[in-house]
This record gives sequence, C-alpha cells and structure tokens, in this order.
Amino acid sequence: MNKKQKVMLIRILISAFFMIVLSFSSVSGLPRFILYMAVYLVIGYDILLKAIRGIINGQVFDECFLMAVATVGAIVLAIYSKSGDYTEAIAVMLFYQIGELFQSYAVGKSRKNITQLMDIRPDYANIEKNGKLEKVAPDDVEIGSVIIIQPGEKVPIDSVVVEGSSSLDTSALTGESLPREVHQGDEIVSGSVNMTGVLKARTEKEFGESTVSKILDMVENASSRKSRSEDFISKFARIYTPAVCIAALALATIPAILNLLLGQDPMWGTWMYRALTFLVISCPCALVISIPLSFFAGIGGASNAGVLVKGSNYLETLSKTKTVVFDKTGTLTQGVFEVVAIHHKAIDEEKIIEYAAYAESASSHPIAKSIERYYGKELDRSRVSDIEEKSGNGVVAKVDGHFVAVGNDKLMNTLGIEYIPCRSVGTIIHVAVDGAYVGHIVISDVLKADSKDAVRRLKEIGVKKVVMLTGDSKKVANDVAATLKMDEVFSELLPGDKVERVEKLLLMEGKNDKLAFVGDGINDAPVLSRADIGIAMGAMGSDAAIEAADIVLMDDDPMKIAKAIRISKKCLSIVYQNIVFAIGVKLICLILGALGMASMWLAIFADVGVMVIAVLNAIRALFVKNL
Amino acid sequence: MKKSYRIEVDCANCANKMEAAARHTSGVKDASVNFMMQKMTVEFDEGVDRNHVMEEVRANCKKVESDAEVFI
Repeated sequence: MNKKQKVMLIRILISAFFMIVLSFSSVSGLPRFILYMAVYLVIGYDILLKAIRGIINGQVFDECFLMAVATVGAIVLAIYSKSGDYTEAIAVMLFYQIGELFQSYAVGKSRKNITQLMDIRPDYANIEKNGKLEKVAPDDVEIGSVIIIQPGEKVPIDSVVVEGSSSLDTSALTGESLPREVHQGDEIVSGSVNMTGVLKARTEKEFGESTVSKILDMVENASSRKSRSEDFISKFARIYTPAVCIAALALATIPAILNLLLGQDPMWGTWMYRALTFLVISCPCALVISIPLSFFAGIGGASNAGVLVKGSNYLETLSKTKTVVFDKTGTLTQGVFEVVAIHHKAIDEEKIIEYAAYAESASSHPIAKSIERYYGKELDRSRVSDIEEKSGNGVVAKVDGHFVAVGNDKLMNTLGIEYIPCRSVGTIIHVAVDGAYVGHIVISDVLKADSKDAVRRLKEIGVKKVVMLTGDSKKVANDVAATLKMDEVFSELLPGDKVERVEKLLLMEGKNDKLAFVGDGINDAPVLSRADIGIAMGAMGSDAAIEAADIVLMDDDPMKIAKAIRISKKCLSIVYQNIVFAIGVKLICLILGALGMASMWLAIFADVGVMVIAVLNAIRALFVKNL
Repeated sequence: MKKSYRIEVDCANCANKMEAAARHTSGVKDASVNFMMQKMTVEFDEGVDRNHVMEEVRANCKKVESDAEVFI
C-alpha cells in the first residue's frame, strides 16, 4: 500500500468506528447533528472538495459530484423528516471510499504482479576493463563490445558467445522451461538468464535494438490498442452516468408532481430518497475498471506463456478465429531440409553428392545447404567454376572440368537430358554430369513432432477450418496435409499467390469469424498483415516478424497457437461476464430503487460488491498455465 | 510525432476522461491513455511546440480530474 492508500484506510477505520459508537449513543438534537457531521467530513471531505472543483470546471456528472449530492441529499432528508438518521449518508460515503481503496489497491497490486512476470529488463552489463569487471548501463554498450555474463545474471544485449559454455534459461521469453545449451559461436538472446557457466560474448546489437527492448516495448504498448469491448465500455460510461442522473431528476419530480395534480400527498421525501438511491448507482466504475484490467491480465498471462500479443484488439480478434492458415515451411515443418535418399545411381553415391555439393556451393538456398551438410567435407572452391544459377530451377557449373547440372525436372527438360521421375515425396534434385543422367537426390523437410497434435487441438477448441499454403510441389504438400489432417491445401504458390489465396479465404469467412495466418515471419510479412490476425512463430531474434505480426510466438512450438486462442477465449469470456454482470446488477438496483424496494444501503453494497467481484474475476485472466 | 508520458490517475473512468480531454486539446492529433501502465501516448500535430501543448494537456486533464498528474 502506498501512503495515499494508508491515509485512506485510517480514515475509513476511524469513521467506521465512530459511526458504530454514535449509533449506540443517545445524543439528540444539534449535538447529534454536529457529531455525525464530524464523522461525515472525516470520511468524505475530499469527495466534497472534488465535487466543488468539478462544478467550477463544468464537470457536472463527475462521480464525486454525484456522491456528494446523494449523501448531502440524504442528510437534508434526515433533517427534513426529523428522523435524525444520518448513518445512511455516512455509510454510503464509507462504502464508496472502501470501494475506491480496494480498486486502487487491487489495480496497483495486479499491475505490479504482471510487470514482475515480465521482469526481463536487464539492469546492467559487465564489461572488463584493466582486468576488472565494471557494471555499465546496457544502453551505453556499443556494438561489438565484449560483455561478460556471470551465472545468475541476465543476458543484457543480443550477442554471440566468444568464450565459455553454459545453459541458458529462456523461460521468461518463451515459456519453455527446458534450458538451452550454448557454446562458443552460438547466438544468445537478451532477456534469457545465464545459469551455469561464465560467458564472454560480443554484442551484435545496441540495447535499444535488442530482443528484450523490443519485447518490453511491445508489451508495454499492448494495452494502448483498445479492443471493441473497451471502446464500448468507455462509450457506455459516457452516456450511462448522465442518463441515470436525468432519470434520477425525473424520479424526484414527476411522480410527486403527478400526485400533487391528482390532489394526493406528493410524498416529496419518498421520491427524493429514491432519486438519491439512483445517484449512488450512477458510477460506472466496476465496468470501466474491470474490462481493461481483464485484457491487461490476459496479455500479461499470455506473455508469460511465450505468446506476445500486441494489443487488446488482437486478443479479441483471436478469440473469434474460425480459420487458421498455416504456411508450411518453418511452422509445421522444421524448415530444415535433409537428404533422405539417392536413387538411380549411375555412379558412386558419394560422387553424386560431391558433384551436387560443389555445383551448389555458391547458393545459400536451404536445399543447397542440406546437400552441403550431407556431403560433410570442407569444400575446396577452386575445384568449381562457371557457376550459373537457373532461377528456380537449379544450377549448372564446371566441377573438376566436368559440366555438372543440378536441378529439378524443368532444368533437365531445358537441357534436353532424359531423367527418371521419382515417386518419393520430397524435393527431387536431378544430377547430370557431362550431359549424362547420374541419378537424383531426394530432399525432404522434417515435420515437427507436435504439428499433428497442434492441428487436432485447434479443431478441438472450435476452429472450423485449418488450411495449409506452401510453395512446395503438390505431391509434398498433399502428403503433409494428409498426415496432419488439414482441411484444405494449396501448393506451388509464389509469395504473391499466398496473399491472393488468403484474400479468397477471407471472402469465404462468416461475418463474425476471423482468419489467422501463421508464418515464420521470413518473407511472409505481406500475408501476415493481410490476414485478420497475423501470428509469427519462432520469432526470437527476428525483428521483421515482430514488426509484421499481431501476435508473436517466442518459440516455434505449433501447440502454442491453440494455447493462444484458449487464452484469448478465456480472457474474452471474463470480459463478457463482467459486462453482463455489472450492467445487470446495476439495472436491477435501478429498478428496485425506483420501486422503493432498495435502500441506499443496498445500492452502495451492490455498487461496491459488483466492483470487487468484477476486479477479482478480471484477475483470473492472468492464470493461463493449464489452458 | 508520438510521445509517451507517465501519468498518475487512480480510477479507470478518470483515465477515460483524461483521454477525452487530451484529445480535445489543440495541437494534439490523437491521444490514448493506458490506465494499467499509467501512461499517456500523445500524437502531436505537425510543427507544434510539444512542451507547450503538453502544458495545455495537463491543464485540461486537471480540469476533468483534479487528482490526476501528467509528468512532462
């Protein structure tokens, strides 16, 4: 509790104590009035002052003003009816203040909890100077400096290990509890915690550009992008208070005047009292506080699970997702190609791989890399010359004086070399030496272990259609789609086709259904932004993905997509519960108040009670571990 | 030009009111108050004196919620 809250608590305790004491005393007349007023002022002086200031500034429907009118009105009624029952006014003020105190305490507490959950900000970096370690602010470390990370410390800046090995705890970033082993030459991501050994590392980025800064920036700005529910509530709050006030005014005057016209007792006191009860319920606080708090807690809980959500609006959209479109490579598959077979060998298998590896030696394509890995020996670049890339089809080059062609069916066709088509599923790389066909290499991307479960899980939680897009051949695509039980698959797509495909799928959606696109953030930025919601996977360290996506999964586990949707659904159901509950209770109180069945006591109890329950409910959104 | 400022406000509805007040300040293109993070993000019109505009924003916020504070 901060100082302000402590002062408030003391005021509440003092006034509650004296209110009870006074109710047992038998003082009457003016002394009674003075004693009660003293207690009233102890609990409510600041509200009265704020109300006056509000009037000066033209803020008539300020809740302090309304509280002031309701309580002062109750006192006036007590004097007018000579009942001397001032307890009600004090009680209303007392409960209102208790509610406010609870609200500010609960919000402060949950803000602290959630930011602590996200406490990945490194405070310092160690730099070695003249053989001594010196702590400096991460902001002051230049690119290329060598920093030292001791066990138990956070990696302050994205860097590469130059000395030492250790295991890193990345759970604060990814939600993944298994530590990651790092050795010399490995990249280490800022925000992870060094667990076992001392690491010397060279920084690759400035602190401001490092992963940890980007994530913090994203999370801190997340709740600034407001959801439709939040907009609805702030609009509702804007009309609710004035509407209730006007209703109160009408309730105070119209029935009494009607009675007067009908020649009956106008019952001014009764109607006035009912109108004042209205004013007590006029504060929209329970709603206005619980909705952003729910989203904040939801986003906080999600980031703790390694799912970064850029705004409440995205959480809202995600909960309505009915179609999930996957880009195959890197999301469902590991994006790592492996040589799985070599067929129709006319010469030695090793020789085929050697020729292919040399011919592809200048290419950085994943397929070329996989052949090089399979070859496994150091490449002597002087053995290869005249490399010519045939875009999208393959490579021709001179290796050891032989003319080598490495590529797909189309390349063989253009070169007029007869080839043997392959029945295996995968990418087929034909190899020809001096115009003679020597065989083909089968390369295939490996499915992630969890992909199948991930698709099944999506279906379980209410996603209607799971679609796969890929640039791969039809055969590979259909095979993968069948294994994973995809609903639809579109293959042999160029990056531009993917946008078009997603647009078509968007047209087919129901009115309130949303489409999510899942990519690995590498060259699918246009699709990520075109879909209702773009989800980038395995984005740790990839700036482009963090920029383009609405939701970022820190690791590349496809199960997290279903989890993210579950988190969003839980959060949104809490939001709706709170909206219905808070508005519902207020409406009931208004009706009961108008009929004279609710006293001011009940009104304030309902008001504060609803707020407390709604806030506690909102905090539930934080707990997402078991979803 | 966008800039974030730390704010202090106790109730969520007051935060909404501050947002509206900031938006209606001249020189402010758009404003958004993040109650949970206690932060106000202000987008300024081209070529205005930011500090001057923020003084106005603070004054307007104080009008709607006297307890609130904007740290410029």
